[in-house]
Amino acid sequence: MVTVRSAAPPVEQAWAAAAAVLDPEVPVLTIEDLGILRDVQVDDDDQRTVRVTVTPTYSGCPAMDAISEDVRSALLDAGFDNVCVAFVLSPPWTTDWISEEGRRKLEEFGIAPPGRARQDGVTALSLTVRCPQCGSPDTRELSRFGSTACKALWVCQACQEPFDHFKSI
Amino acid sequence: MIIPRNGVIDYATALGDDALLAAQRMGEWIAAAPQIEEDVAIGNIALDLLGQARSLLSYAGSLEDPVRTEDDLAYFRDEREFLNVQLVQRPWSGSGERDFGVLVARMLLFATYQRALYAALATSTDETLAGVAGKAVKEVDYHRDHATMWTLRLGDGTDESHDRIQAALDAEWRYVAELFENDFVDPALVESGAAVDPATLRDGFDRRISEVLAEATLTVPEVAPAVTGGRRGLHSTSMGYLLAEMQHLARSHPGVSW
Repeated sequence: MVTVRSAAPPVEQAWAAAAAVLDPEVPVLTIEDLGILRDVQVDDDDQRTVRVTVTPTYSGCPAMDAISEDVRSALLDAGFDNVCVAFVLSPPWTTDWISEEGRRKLEEFGIAPPGRARQDGVTALSLTVRCPQCGSPDTRELSRFGSTACKALWVCQACQEPFDHFKSI
Repeated sequence: MIIPRNGVIDYATALGDDALLAAQRMGEWIAAAPQIEEDVAIGNIALDLLGQARSLLSYAGSLEDPVRTEDDLAYFRDEREFLNVQLVQRPWSGSGERDFGVLVARMLLFATYQRALYAALATSTDETLAGVAGKAVKEVDYHRDHATMWTLRLGDGTDESHDRIQAALDAEWRYVAELFENDFVDPALVESGAAVDPATLRDGFDRRISEVLAEATLTVPEVAPAVTGGRRGLHSTSMGYLLAEMQHLARSHPGVSW
């Protein structure tokens, strides 16, 4: 039997373990940075039983199975015995839930972070998307759909480099 | 007000089947679109639809007795048990080369309908349906934008592109009326606030489509609706071929995983 090591309350240990799991498609972001880790609860009677709630970025996100497995392993490694990973669709994820830290990491990784989310079908106008390579605001959208569901494909007219833009949703 | 359980099963199955069959048919364009960016876009759009189908069919199956999984419903039902509208599963061409205009026209019609449906369903009194719709409405918003952009580009492009997208719209339009048929929805389901009466979505759909087509220098088709019956499990010849391709692996190797 593995015993829970440190002195922090179990729920904090569980959150810390789950929060450190990396998103498989954008592996510089943790699932906490991305805002998809919604809840962690430790059973009152059995402190080694934990329930983690995650929400998908898109309905068809193919990374959810991998995320579920990674969360489970992280919690087993942290000393929990019974791990349940549940998915919820509501409230729906929005790019506004990406943390400031997450946005900074995205930019460093070469992905332009999202602008403000669209409200009720009205596209929130972002004045420009800055090139994550050279910083130029002189960029244009090549395609609204990119390498994964959450990204669009842009190109910088200053340095000519294409780049991914995490699109607002 | 009590939400009738059998009504929810049929309703979620029908909406899930629409999304599933649309995704499967769209997949035929991947690696065959006119631009590589479009291959990627179609893949993403079909994936969103597949995700919506998974949520809806999982929910429908969970209410059945005995329960069925999303895979049971997708791979082990026969043609007459599918409740999708005919629009989403029609082949891309009757004979000869398939036309990108048909994809654009159908995507515009289906995404405009789905956008209106999910926006209304997001406030459903059925929490699961509301959750699925609240998520999906943001996705189909992008699909509708994408189809609108292509419609403008083709309609207001060359004579050739204008004529082809207009011909595609004329052909697809015969299947539009079926999207708004409401006799498959249990009235008690609409009354309880769980389902949306599809007929109530028609005016908004027509307004939006006529705006887009006017801007694209195209005309709203005036054609008689096709004889359909998808909501009762009556499909066209092409449905069997599509199901054979979609279901073959799971049926030939039951329990297979990859």
